[in-house]
Amino acid sequence: MASFSTTATVEDPRIALGDGGILPPTRGGGGDDSGPGLPDYATRLRRARLGLLVALTPVLMLFVSFTSAYIVRQGLPTLDPRTNTLVRDWIPVTLPKLLLINTGVLILSSVFIELARRQIKGQAALRPNTAHPRVSAGDPMRIPWLSMTLVLGLTFLLGQWTAWRQLAANGFYVATTPSSSFVYLLTGTHAIHLMGGVLALFVAGIASLLGRSAATRSIVVDLTAWYWHFMAALWIYILCLLEFAS
Amino acid sequence: MATHEFAAQESHAHAAPQGFVRKWVFSLDHKVIGLQYYFLALAAVFVGMFLSLLMRIHLIWPTLPLPLLGDIKPETYLTLVTMHGTIMVFFVLTTAPQGGFGNYFLPIQIGAPDMAFPVLNMLSFWTTLLGFIVMIAAFFVAGGAPLHGWTGYAPLSAMQSTGPGEGLGADLWIISIAIFCIGALMGALNFITTTLDMRAKGMTMMRLPLTVWAWFVTAILGLLAFGVLLSAGILLLMDRNLGTSFFVPLVTINGQLTGHKGGSPLLWQHLFWFFGHPEVYIAILPAMGMCSQLLSVFSRKPIFGYKAMVYAILGIGFLGFMVWGHHMFMSGMSPYTAFAFSIMTMGIGVPSAIKTFNWLGTLMRGRIRFTSPMLFAIGFVSLFVSGGISGPFLAQPVLDIQLHDTYFVPAHFHLIMGVASIFGIFAATYYWFPKMFGRMMNESMARWHFWFSFIGTYAIFMPMHYLGMAGMPRRYSQLTEVTYLHGLIPLQKFITYAAFVTIAGQLIFLVNLFWSMFKGKQASDNPWEATTLEWTTATPPPHDNFGGHTPVVHNGPYEYNVPGAPRDYVMQSDPEIGPAH
Repeated sequence: MASFSTTATVEDPRIALGDGGILPPTRGGGGDDSGPGLPDYATRLRRARLGLLVALTPVLMLFVSFTSAYIVRQGLPTLDPRTNTLVRDWIPVTLPKLLLINTGVLILSSVFIELARRQIKGQAALRPNTAHPRVSAGDPMRIPWLSMTLVLGLTFLLGQWTAWRQLAANGFYVATTPSSSFVYLLTGTHAIHLMGGVLALFVAGIASLLGRSAATRSIVVDLTAWYWHFMAALWIYILCLLEFAS
Repeated sequence: MATHEFAAQESHAHAAPQGFVRKWVFSLDHKVIGLQYYFLALAAVFVGMFLSLLMRIHLIWPTLPLPLLGDIKPETYLTLVTMHGTIMVFFVLTTAPQGGFGNYFLPIQIGAPDMAFPVLNMLSFWTTLLGFIVMIAAFFVAGGAPLHGWTGYAPLSAMQSTGPGEGLGADLWIISIAIFCIGALMGALNFITTTLDMRAKGMTMMRLPLTVWAWFVTAILGLLAFGVLLSAGILLLMDRNLGTSFFVPLVTINGQLTGHKGGSPLLWQHLFWFFGHPEVYIAILPAMGMCSQLLSVFSRKPIFGYKAMVYAILGIGFLGFMVWGHHMFMSGMSPYTAFAFSIMTMGIGVPSAIKTFNWLGTLMRGRIRFTSPMLFAIGFVSLFVSGGISGPFLAQPVLDIQLHDTYFVPAHFHLIMGVASIFGIFAATYYWFPKMFGRMMNESMARWHFWFSFIGTYAIFMPMHYLGMAGMPRRYSQLTEVTYLHGLIPLQKFITYAAFVTIAGQLIFLVNLFWSMFKGKQASDNPWEATTLEWTTATPPPHDNFGGHTPVVHNGPYEYNVPGAPRDYVMQSDPEIGPAH
């Protein structure tokens, strides 16, 4: 009996940056919803990935800018009006240990979403062949990696909120000291961005309910996965900045 | 008539919309979105111009109550300065050339059916419109609009109690700019992806029209700069509303400590100008691209030094990120740092000079057609040179100490960033109007408009250089109370009268624009006998731009006066003419 592994791959599209020009894609092909209205799967995936790559640039610039402000602000003295001398107002914040657990949760979610990406990519690759009676669309016992990622993503966000409450309980509010301002700023901005990823996971999750094709779901999950990996790497960077550059 | 080669078209991502709302309001079509951006910028420019008129009137008749505002206090005058600058920079100079013309023509010029992400494109417009509404709302809240200038310098902008307008009005100002940044980033994403991934067969990067190169590099600048402005805006909002001290040092207001301490106003300046200087090029690069295009078309000559023009655009874009410190020479910067910024700033003169040289080279011995778009394109070159030449003065710290915060600075940047870009927008409007609306604009009115604008602009801004060199400071709302400035008041009066005349000239444009939409002469598909792909398709272009096909490109974008060709231009999709000329 013929069998296909769910790890079968769709040909990775390459982003054309050179002078060769891009051949105009032909109608249809690739996905199972390649009717009028959409270019082929490989073109869509390549374009979407390029779009994501471009979209991550300003996010990177946002955090580069915060980092720059963090370093500059850390070195600034302020005038103590009582003694009329210059003093430093940067009081290092002891980060809650919970942040380490949250980091583990986020890394694990990144692994899960990668597995989800590979799983759905395999399904998208097999979809055109499933009309054949001897070809299966995949492992019927497949693990719901996407849902597990979603749960871990929400757990991470809940964990961050709890860490904020711990900080507040220890007397570190947003305006207590510039270092605590940056802790709230960096973790909060990261969390908002991660919420975007969670939203994308919801979209990917309900895509099949909305009647979206396997190809479309595959693209949504692919983009979300790369975005999620970026968010995980960004979080590790933020944590290192807060822990070691304070 | 040459036949154009077509390939099968990539399926259009969305069907032609039916109904007014889907077609003209929540449209996914890049052409409609381009028009929406254009008309948003048109509305914004008249708001900004009205504010500048109020400023000019107040400067020479300081006791005269102004319409809508009544008696003008110094802080009200600063409000006018702030909102004029902000609206013009963000919602006109950034919006019209890139969002308007870029959206409309970039996909067509590269042979694509639409932008890469049409929904995102629609969202970028509506986000920008929301930003504009929030900005205008600042006029109508308690305390009115902010007075901290378009640069939003801290600590003035970083606390709510520093003056009228610095309460809710300033919050709205920051939020508006943040919204604008998000819209601009969505637009930039589309521009870059579309240019890299949706070019027609044969449309190599070195066959791109210079307009596309300019929009592409502008999008990259926006991508790198707006994120930084957004970050600065977030920090500013936190300082204002959460009590943090990123930008506010230990200060007192009316003898009372504010609770802030340790922040640095210079940090704001660094973050702001890291965005602010590339913003200058975000405003002017598209105009450069448009004028390169037009000078070639109406000189009936290939653009002089195409590759050099491309490298110059890239060079300007790169160097634009290296020079922000020249806005801060007076901030106590180390002389060594100032020297580095000064050298880099001078360095931008090199690619700028290359472009100017090539524009002149294109004009030389051309069979020039003095149409209205060509007049504005030549006017752009003139303004670019006139405004650019004062740049090296300001780039030298020693001279900047004298000229900083005088009228010399607005004279410089209005010529090169403001009016030169506006001339690019006018040139593009007259050039592409036939393609956008299927009718020609009235040429007589266009010529009147040009001469009013050209002479008026010089009459306004050249005297400002003299005011600056004589030491007249910017931002003073009343000149009559300052004795040493009395001798300069006649010059200020002359500027205000020139502003009246120039603004009257803009009404000619407005009438021409709307009259021609309905009553203008019918335009052919290629009325200017130009070569780029937008002129190969119907007028106005169909929903998918090329009627179910994608053009195949064989030639460069500026093949004019080609030896052996049956006519004096060869279109990009015409059969190949051999090695580039």
